[in-house]
Amino acid sequence: MSWTLVVVPIIAVILLNLPFGEGYRKLAFPAGIFLAVLQSALVLLPIENMFPYGACPLSPFVFLSPDALGLLMILSVGIVVFSALLVGWRMTDKTSRKSDFANLIILAMAGMNGVILSGDLFSLYVFLEIVAVSSFILIAMDKNREALEGSFKYIMLSAVATILILSSISVFLMLTGSTSFSAAAAALKQGNHAAVLASGLFIIGLLIKGGIAPFHGWLPDAYTSAPAGVSIFLAGIVTKTTGIYTIIKLVSYVTGYTGPVKEILLFFGAVSALLGAFAALDQKNFKRMLAYSSISQMGYVIMGLGAGNPLGVMGAAFHLFNHAIFKTQLFVNSAAVEQETGTLNMDRLGGLSDKMPVTGATSVVALLSTAGVPPLSGFWSKLLVIVALWVAGYKIYALIAVFAGVVTLAYLLSMQRRVFFGNISASFSNIKEAGVSFTLPAVLLSTITIAAGVFFPYVFEKLIIPVQALLGLL
Amino acid sequence: MNGLTLDIFLLAMMTAAAVWTVMRGSLLRAVIALALTSIALTAVMFRLKAPIAAVFELSVCAGLITVVFMSTIALTKPLTHKETLDYTKTRMKRFWLLPVIMALLGSALLYFTIPMDFNLAAPLETAKNFRNILWEERQFDLIGQILVILAGIFGVVVLFKERSKDEPQD
Repeated sequence: MSWTLVVVPIIAVILLNLPFGEGYRKLAFPAGIFLAVLQSALVLLPIENMFPYGACPLSPFVFLSPDALGLLMILSVGIVVFSALLVGWRMTDKTSRKSDFANLIILAMAGMNGVILSGDLFSLYVFLEIVAVSSFILIAMDKNREALEGSFKYIMLSAVATILILSSISVFLMLTGSTSFSAAAAALKQGNHAAVLASGLFIIGLLIKGGIAPFHGWLPDAYTSAPAGVSIFLAGIVTKTTGIYTIIKLVSYVTGYTGPVKEILLFFGAVSALLGAFAALDQKNFKRMLAYSSISQMGYVIMGLGAGNPLGVMGAAFHLFNHAIFKTQLFVNSAAVEQETGTLNMDRLGGLSDKMPVTGATSVVALLSTAGVPPLSGFWSKLLVIVALWVAGYKIYALIAVFAGVVTLAYLLSMQRRVFFGNISASFSNIKEAGVSFTLPAVLLSTITIAAGVFFPYVFEKLIIPVQALLGLL
Repeated sequence: MNGLTLDIFLLAMMTAAAVWTVMRGSLLRAVIALALTSIALTAVMFRLKAPIAAVFELSVCAGLITVVFMSTIALTKPLTHKETLDYTKTRMKRFWLLPVIMALLGSALLYFTIPMDFNLAAPLETAKNFRNILWEERQFDLIGQILVILAGIFGVVVLFKERSKDEPQD
């Protein structure tokens, strides 16, 4: 049944665009919300045999059932799409644009589900492109100069990533006559140099898509210039699925956790964690700061993966999920601030907590979790990553991770002080709390962050421990 | 002309046409250069015994896409004489680094030869019938194709639709 995760959204989009007038097209929003909630529910309330291995009647060759990490990603996709739709629908001005927005989000959701479910390098590429194409359009939706520039930068760097990924796939096809994960893994096991080169190209292509430093050039512009709902969607889940999750999948199913792979991941992860954190310190724009923060946090995930032991892989997976939740939360908060004040310049903001108590309070939860303060979820995932690095003997990298965590706390506290604490500017004295479209996802996401932290033993046992099976696939 | 010379000639022509596409100031000439790139690529694909890919490249990329580009350009407003002059003056400046990077990359490739022990003896799936592969083994990718087409339609609608008069301008 797992194929329904890709096919149902397609059917939904086709049905939603039948020519029955503007009123009918408005259904795109509730349909998107329904699909997102349904998707999350399918993971949280697993129906027996919902996702059996190779059960796709369409193509058993290329369709895996999702593994434990895949399930976590499907859940994250559902939660983030729900939040992005609520905020985006409220902040988009015209009915026709609202339904285009919802339709594109549904298409990208189907694309991400495809990425998560595919077990073949070429299928993976096809679905990566679907997410990318939808994202280009979503970023450029406002059609102003910044939006078009952000979208153009994303297209250009994505094209470079595409060239690397396609070259890699063609080398694997030439070597093995197939594009399946298992064939590629077999070619690598034989120690073929061309296969090693091909997997290197693939990983670099994915690092670009994931916005890992130093391949992050497109990410701050794309996140900042996109409409609020789209920023939430991009930062919350798109780069995570198309870049970071896919790297974890490629390393687990194709390359294995070998010495050189670990070295590459640790190096780029550490560069990303540090560079992102220091760049975030210096930002005035709320969303831009969050964009650099994302680059830094994804560095942790990549470092955890680079540790190459069960703790590291579990930490990487848990941090990926946690970050999807709390970064979506912070982007929802920034959207609420933008909606009420009309600006994202942190130097002009201040004291908003009094007027926007829900946004201010939930922002504190998300920032403390991002900085790794106990007992919130971010603390546990960072702890797992740091301990994994230390145990694996990568002590310098463990220290880098701790240091980047301190810098994270510094820039996020500075953000909280500049935006929510202190005296409110006279021009904002009449603002009020943003509507339920903003506070509902904010409260929901905060609750998940707190619950995943407080009930960590339960979450760890049910959702995270199964992820370590990724280490034993090759 | 033997096979190798022909291959080198075709690849050189393709590269030259591709560079020309990027460097041209005039959109119309860039489109023509892009079509030339596609034609050279078609010839390369024929030489590599991939006739179906070649036919697709020729009909879609060299044919259909060129027509779409031409139609779009017909709807744009040309630059004034002064704007054209200003543009021509500064246009080449941004490309000065390109030959330097190419020369550096080329020499790096010469010195650090990567061991390329390609073993092409594997049973290539391409030997099978194209239609069977597409419809029996790659259906999942066909779903992907439907998604790409739908996303493309929304792209055109969202980015190129004229604002109707009754809708407020943002």
